[in-house]
Amino acid sequence: MTAATQAPEAETLPPLDSLTRRIWDNIRTGNLGSTPVIAALAGVVLLFAFWAPNFWSPANFQNIINDMAGPTLIAYGVVFVLLIGEIDLSVAYVSGVAGVVVAQLQRPDAAALPWWVCVLLALLATTAIGAFQGGIVALIGVPSFVVTLAGLLIWNGVIFKGLPGVITIQSSQINDFSGYLFSTTAGWIMAGIVTAAYVGGNLWAAFAGRRHGIAVRDPIVFFGKLIVVPAITFATVAILNHANPASGVPLGLLLMIGALLVLTFLARRTTFGRHVYAVGGSAEAARRAGISVERIRILAFMISGAMAGLGGIVLAARLQSVDLNAGGGDLLIRVIAAAVIGGTSLFGGRGEVRNALIGAALIYTIEAGMFIKGFATGIIFIVTGVILLLAVAFDTIVRRVQARSGR
Amino acid sequence: MSDDTPLLELRDVDKAFGSVQALTDVDFEVRAGEVMALVGDNGAGKSTLIKCIAGIHPMDAGEILFEGERVTVHSPKDAAKLGIEVVYQDLALCDNLDVVANMYLGREAHGQLQVLREPPMEARTRETLAGLRVTTIKSIRQTVATLSGGQRQSVAVARAVMWNSKLVILDEPTAALGVAQTEQVLALVNRLAEQGLGVVIISHNLHDVFETATRITVLRLGRNAGMFTRADTTQEEVVHAITAGQPTKVSGIPATNPGSGA
Repeated sequence: MTAATQAPEAETLPPLDSLTRRIWDNIRTGNLGSTPVIAALAGVVLLFAFWAPNFWSPANFQNIINDMAGPTLIAYGVVFVLLIGEIDLSVAYVSGVAGVVVAQLQRPDAAALPWWVCVLLALLATTAIGAFQGGIVALIGVPSFVVTLAGLLIWNGVIFKGLPGVITIQSSQINDFSGYLFSTTAGWIMAGIVTAAYVGGNLWAAFAGRRHGIAVRDPIVFFGKLIVVPAITFATVAILNHANPASGVPLGLLLMIGALLVLTFLARRTTFGRHVYAVGGSAEAARRAGISVERIRILAFMISGAMAGLGGIVLAARLQSVDLNAGGGDLLIRVIAAAVIGGTSLFGGRGEVRNALIGAALIYTIEAGMFIKGFATGIIFIVTGVILLLAVAFDTIVRRVQARSGR
Repeated sequence: MSDDTPLLELRDVDKAFGSVQALTDVDFEVRAGEVMALVGDNGAGKSTLIKCIAGIHPMDAGEILFEGERVTVHSPKDAAKLGIEVVYQDLALCDNLDVVANMYLGREAHGQLQVLREPPMEARTRETLAGLRVTTIKSIRQTVATLSGGQRQSVAVARAVMWNSKLVILDEPTAALGVAQTEQVLALVNRLAEQGLGVVIISHNLHDVFETATRITVLRLGRNAGMFTRADTTQEEVVHAITAGQPTKVSGIPATNPGSGA
């Protein structure tokens, strides 16, 4: 390349990529995002729709949403920890701690605090737990696997010590975190607001780009999203409004979507989010660029703690009680599986918050379908485990392909 | 600042790591608009000298003059404030981020509540790359992982010059590149000097050095072993200084630069 031959081109802007070119580049470099999982989810839904009786019903749809709301919220937080290339094995029992705090503080025979104080204190406690664990990882340099494995034991012990046995949650507001159904009208209004916000936000960004001479990449994809996302929103509300016996959008869905929007904004539109991806991509490069890697690591674990707390409150509300099994069983595996199956890399730096939602939807849809079909719990575990293995194997292969194409 | 004042001047720099004397009485200078090559065998002290300038290692003794004024550089931030940017051999790019994000890494343009302002970042990235005539990158929104070695080097260099820097230091910029990509990067190095920046290039490859450098400083065993003007010297002369050069300066006695044709 010589200066003379390149000089005229310097005046024109680099050409925009065509859509096909970008798709090919993404396949070549293994940057597939959540496309395979969405395809798998669609396949699973179709399979059970024809195969399992009563699967294709609004009530079942509503039930799946209520089942997955708590774990999905926890998985959102796990995505942030995975993005910086760490792991948090304590989230399940940390969510249990939130349940214990809420249950103890709402007891009418004891503290009897207002519901919002209970919720706030539970979230504060789990965020502090996240800060503590993140601090040990970031400042002392103990591998997060070990810190959070120790945390897993410690918080399980705290749950045992914190509960007399079973506490029934009598605060109806706290129980509403899972059980509450919005009225039909409220559902439609929410669909309208989500649609307006989504379309408005995208158009605003496009116009802001135009002011700086940046055209919309892939107009087909851009306008396609503006049609498909509102369509899915209204379809979801329509289905839930026809559920029997109780119709309406569950609060759990609103929490999942609301947290998704807030956390996606945080990850994709703020300097903090950019630094999270940078630390996950190359901690050394981030450090040399002047980013406080320690601060980012601690904050990521704090988000993980806060979301585990919120998820734990929803899970407690789902059972309307907290017992010694809080945060136990297969919750941890499902939560991490949801984030990873959705396409978040275990190696850091690659993934989206929405991956957790898509992964959880896949796991809980398969589970609900197989349950209706009459499969034993053991078989359901085996299937979920195989899918997790496939997802991680896929992630590893993608990483190798990327290393090769990166030259 | 007169034309004769070097952009950066180091005088009598000493640096020891424990009992190992890495640099002894080293002098070094770069003028604005020139490419100064820093060459020497492994262990000659090139990297140590660069790290002293960049503020990563504090010097034990000696002084730094920037634009004729005495300055102290205690951290990479001090160096950046003066307008000194270093492009390290491993480039320090995040493969998972796109070109724009890497260009602004750690210095993102943001509005209230730390919300990123992508359009100005994208526009400025485009301008900077176009200004350096880096035209081979198809889209500045593709991740750095998809770029070739030469393109990655170009991004790292462009990032260094985007921040109104006056001095850019390149550590082995062509070490991992093929022939065509090496040409591309060397052309880029020359353009930086044409734009009036001071450029320091560390290289093992004398062919590259003779293609870009205005002057050549040779270090040997942590001491100055000659300074040459490219036009008045030969590769043989420089190789001799690298492998068998005598110190050009003894403590307390002014430098004589016997090998210099200038």
